[in-house]
Amino acid sequence: MVPTHYHLILSAILFTIGAMGVLFRRNTIIIFMSVELMLNAVNLSFVALARQWGSMDGQLIVFFVIAVAAAEAAVGLAIILMVFRNRETVNADELNFMRW
Amino acid sequence: MEHAHATVQTVSYLWAIIFSPLLGVLFNIFVAPGLGRKAVNFVSPVMILVAFLFSCKAVVELSGLPHGSALLDTLYPWITAGQFHVDLALRVDALSAVMILIVTGVGFLIHVYSVGYMAHDEDVARYFTYLNLFTASMLILVLGENLLLLFVGWEGVGLCSYLLIGFWYTDDEKASAGKKAFIVNRIGDAGFLLGMFLLFWTLVAKNVWTLSFSEIQAHASALATSPGIITTICLLLFVGAIGKSAQFPLYVWLPDAMAGPTPVSALIHAATMVTAGAYMVARLHFLYSMSPTALAVVAGIAAFTAVFAATIALVQTDIKKVLAYSTVSQLGYMFLGIGVGAYAAGIFHLMTHAFFKALLFLGAGSVIHGMSDEQDIRKMGGLLKKMPITGWTFLVGCLAIAGIPGLSGYFSKDLILEEAYAGPHGSSLLYWTGVVGAGMTAFYIFRLFFITFLGENRADHQVAHHIHESSLSMTVPLITLAVLSALGAYFPLLQWLEPVFGELKEGGIPLFIKWLPTVAGVVGVVVAYSMYGVNPKAAESLNEAPTGLRKVLWNKWYVDEIYDAAIVQPFVAMANWFWKFFDTEVIDGIVNGAAYLMEDWAKGIRHWQTGNVQNYAMSFLIGAMAILGLGYYLW
Repeated sequence: MVPTHYHLILSAILFTIGAMGVLFRRNTIIIFMSVELMLNAVNLSFVALARQWGSMDGQLIVFFVIAVAAAEAAVGLAIILMVFRNRETVNADELNFMRW
Repeated sequence: MEHAHATVQTVSYLWAIIFSPLLGVLFNIFVAPGLGRKAVNFVSPVMILVAFLFSCKAVVELSGLPHGSALLDTLYPWITAGQFHVDLALRVDALSAVMILIVTGVGFLIHVYSVGYMAHDEDVARYFTYLNLFTASMLILVLGENLLLLFVGWEGVGLCSYLLIGFWYTDDEKASAGKKAFIVNRIGDAGFLLGMFLLFWTLVAKNVWTLSFSEIQAHASALATSPGIITTICLLLFVGAIGKSAQFPLYVWLPDAMAGPTPVSALIHAATMVTAGAYMVARLHFLYSMSPTALAVVAGIAAFTAVFAATIALVQTDIKKVLAYSTVSQLGYMFLGIGVGAYAAGIFHLMTHAFFKALLFLGAGSVIHGMSDEQDIRKMGGLLKKMPITGWTFLVGCLAIAGIPGLSGYFSKDLILEEAYAGPHGSSLLYWTGVVGAGMTAFYIFRLFFITFLGENRADHQVAHHIHESSLSMTVPLITLAVLSALGAYFPLLQWLEPVFGELKEGGIPLFIKWLPTVAGVVGVVVAYSMYGVNPKAAESLNEAPTGLRKVLWNKWYVDEIYDAAIVQPFVAMANWFWKFFDTEVIDGIVNGAAYLMEDWAKGIRHWQTGNVQNYAMSFLIGAMAILGLGYYLW
């Protein structure tokens, strides 16, 4: 059986890639995808640790996360769509009008 | 005099003397608005009449008791703190008896008069509310068994005085006259309070925990060991009397107080309230008798005030102003009597003055009423024919105040001057000052009489056409007071007061000294007659601008101007400095400065808000890592 820490290391790598994507990519669609990657990295940790401890709690939370992520994707994509219609851009650094 | 059998009789109706005017107050506030003018005009004087009848009952009962007795009505214990104890208690002794008869008796006549005088005023219920409240306060003042209760009445009459001076408050000048009276009296009251504190403190040091007059008197000998403190107490209390009884240098509010309705001037600013200071000093005579220094100061200020105010009255042309300065001067005579240790003489003059000055003020009010609110004597003249009752009763008042033999003022003023000459604390300087004042008094009052009531009428046609004798409710009090002014001195007041003040030492006065004040009075009348009585056109010389000494007197020795420059203006300047510099610059500066500081700081850090979500995410990540790192480090 694959040891649990392999899963956790993979989860950490995926989370870091996602976080870097959120921080440094300009396109909000890509940022959005990176957020999904971070969520799924966490999901991986949950199921790995659930197996480790023989508990169903972690797996249960993963279902919640997937459900919430689906709802968030629907709302988020709708927002991006509206922003593009109004601003003709989806670049995060150009969408900086919420400032002093 | 046999004092051994003197008793303190406990009675249970003295409260009614105070509560019947208070009932009038409640009636005028809560019931009268629904009933109208007639109810007010009936109930308000009747309440004072009830108080007068109860006062008579008290005096009759007191006179049936042995000499030196008193009636006591203890309502309930007011203050109890450790050994210190003050009762809400009312006490009638010979001195209080005189005062309650004056306050309710003269007060009743003035209430009746007010019904006629205020007949054209819309706010009559408010007027009688104040007037009843005043009477109640004044009765608390004279009936109070202890110094604290006296002070309650003292402040109550001050409040009512303020309210009534500013009765026509829509007139700025009248409203500010009320404020002036209130503020000047505050100065005196501060002295009164300090005196009371010091007295209490000194008594407590001797383990005497009381403010009751009879108990203070019983323990007065314990205080004799510290004459300096006695003198200080007496002088501080006298500062209160100076304010309330309008003596120099705090007399300035009284002439301005003439802004109030004329019956108010008669009741409060002539007959009763202004005599409260003299009453208070007489009430505490056992303290003053222990301090010759304090008595000398009282007598000195009194004699000076008597002449000083009389000089101003010599040239005034406002009928009420003449009477106001006359009141200040006459109050000086009362304090002169007290200051030379002849307390009974001072109270005697207090009573006769209450009669004749109330009469003069009410007469002046009748004239003002008939002259369509004109107060300038230069526009009067010849009123004796048109207002005979007012004129003849006014003449009685003039004769009384001028000290013409046979009338009340003659007896009381002569007694004061005799005591000033030969009394235990008298001196010839005090006597001569008093005599000069007596001459001036006779002059200014008859000048007033001749200009107002004799000669040709100088009013314009409109006013002259309207002149009429006043209604019955005004003339009946005038006639009653005229009788009292003439015969008031035949009450055996001096014997009556003996148990309180002890016997007056008389005799040993040269005939010349005895008759000189009368001669001065007659000379004053004759001079006034030769100047204003003989020549009917003389009054017109008053229209000329005054020059020289006359100008100084006309401007009241510039005292108001001096006070304005020396006290009021610096005070206003200081207040302005506190307002315009200290408040707007310093205080506001600190508050605004804090805000500006925050603004500058915020201007610096607001650039951190870029609007770029990725920057925020970065700081979020760094923050999260920092917290996790810290947690890891600590575990």
